[in-house]
Amino acid sequence: MDIFLQQTVNALALGGTYALLALGLAVVFSIMGLINFAHGELMTIAGYVLMYCGIAGVSFVVAVPLALMASVLAAVLMERIAFRPVRNGSGATMLVTSFAVAMILQVLFQNLISTRSQPVLLPAMLSDSVHIAGMVIGVNKLAAIIATVVMLVFLDWFMKHQKTGIAMRAAAEDFAVARLMGIRANTVIAGAFALSGLLAGVAAVLWVSQRASVDPLMGFMPVLKAFIAAILGGLGSLRGAVAGGFLLGFIEIYLSAFLPPEMQEFREPIGLGIVVLVLLFRPNGLIPSATLKAEKV
Amino acid sequence: MQPLLSAHDLHVSYGAVKAVRGVNFEIRQGEIVAFLGANGAGKSSIMNAITGLVPTASGQVTFEGRDITGAAPETLAPSGLTLSPEGRRVFGTLSVADNLRMGAFALSDKDAVEAAYARVYDLFPILLERKDQYAGTLSGGQQQMLAVGRALMSNPRVLLLDEPSLGLAPLIVDQIFDLILKLREQGVTLLLVEQNVAKTLQVADRAYVLVNGEVVEQGKPAELTASGTMQDAYLGAN
Repeated sequence: MDIFLQQTVNALALGGTYALLALGLAVVFSIMGLINFAHGELMTIAGYVLMYCGIAGVSFVVAVPLALMASVLAAVLMERIAFRPVRNGSGATMLVTSFAVAMILQVLFQNLISTRSQPVLLPAMLSDSVHIAGMVIGVNKLAAIIATVVMLVFLDWFMKHQKTGIAMRAAAEDFAVARLMGIRANTVIAGAFALSGLLAGVAAVLWVSQRASVDPLMGFMPVLKAFIAAILGGLGSLRGAVAGGFLLGFIEIYLSAFLPPEMQEFREPIGLGIVVLVLLFRPNGLIPSATLKAEKV
Repeated sequence: MQPLLSAHDLHVSYGAVKAVRGVNFEIRQGEIVAFLGANGAGKSSIMNAITGLVPTASGQVTFEGRDITGAAPETLAPSGLTLSPEGRRVFGTLSVADNLRMGAFALSDKDAVEAAYARVYDLFPILLERKDQYAGTLSGGQQQMLAVGRALMSNPRVLLLDEPSLGLAPLIVDQIFDLILKLREQGVTLLLVEQNVAKTLQVADRAYVLVNGEVVEQGKPAELTASGTMQDAYLGAN
């Protein structure tokens, strides 16, 4: 039982990170139909900011906001430079553009920084652990769960009560009519990217806090997982992205904890098998997007 | 008097299909003007071209003396022109109040927004009653009222109404046409696309009759009824 609870905490921490990443993908997808695979590179950028701050002796409390600002800025620039020119292209055109952006950034990291994994100096406190109800919980795990909750509450408030947030939901539902109301397309799309950059930045801080290192390809795996989570939850649905992120986190952690040792090497395919099984019963995801009607025979 | 809204030799194409072919019209301050014609005659295409939802192939649209041809849709509401689109297209996942709030997106003054809410809730008390409900859960008639209310939130001087009575119960249709007259009293100039010809001719000051993307006749309702062109337009005779 103790092990189960312990692993549940781990699952919440990992699932929360996936949820934040999946949300970032979903916010952009719901508005412009782009699956941004360069989302992971936003994480990497935030990771490198943390690394350089550590080297420069900048305190972690300052480094985190700097990292978040960097990923927000990078996201907005990415939209302005790479995605705005192809905005009216097909989903496939935008998808390929996002791959190109991701690869260009990876090559830049490799050539300008290092091809190797670099250590990131973290506060010693993060690797401590606390005792709660008989469990030993890493401070970094606890921080991940708290940060996820704070971000989800913030995002919910922003999308429900802020004029810009409501406009983003309106644009996600009917972009043309939203524009008729005077909602500027550029503003809403740049806002969506800024929000996705913030989410990627927070996810990067949490991700790096578990690993204490950053490398040029760091963002790829988590974003692939987040993409799976977004599909699992219902592509384009924000609540779905959160649900999918947590479910994927739980699947991965429980499999790695409770699968017999001789089956551990099949952990990933079994995990994906479960995802496919869920999609078999819920083809549009756990919480399908209200506006995305998949009507196929 | 200079027309408030006018088009000169307006063309709209969808690929090889020419939906609107050289349409001219003029709408003056305070008028209710209707576009009539069978399905596919190009009525909605004209509305969408005015508001920038579809590109104009050629020609010119002028609003208050300014050329607005090809203007981005988001620039029109702030300048006093808006459209209540065909099929209502309310934001179903937003509350009624948030739909209205989006309608007022162009207004920067907080008092003006409050005044717009008051006006719309006064016109449609049911929307006040349902303000916290998701728009998607409203009945068709209520959604139409919300669509019109949302358009009114930007305080338009010209309101384009695309098929406001489509698919509504007769009682609600009467309410919609009463509303059109009420809006004119409030100083709104209206451009109306409708399939309910009888009702439209009762409220409109003038109408343009469209066949295959061209204006075949225009005039006051009495003139149009007398000429017989109307029947031809709807029955598809040439």
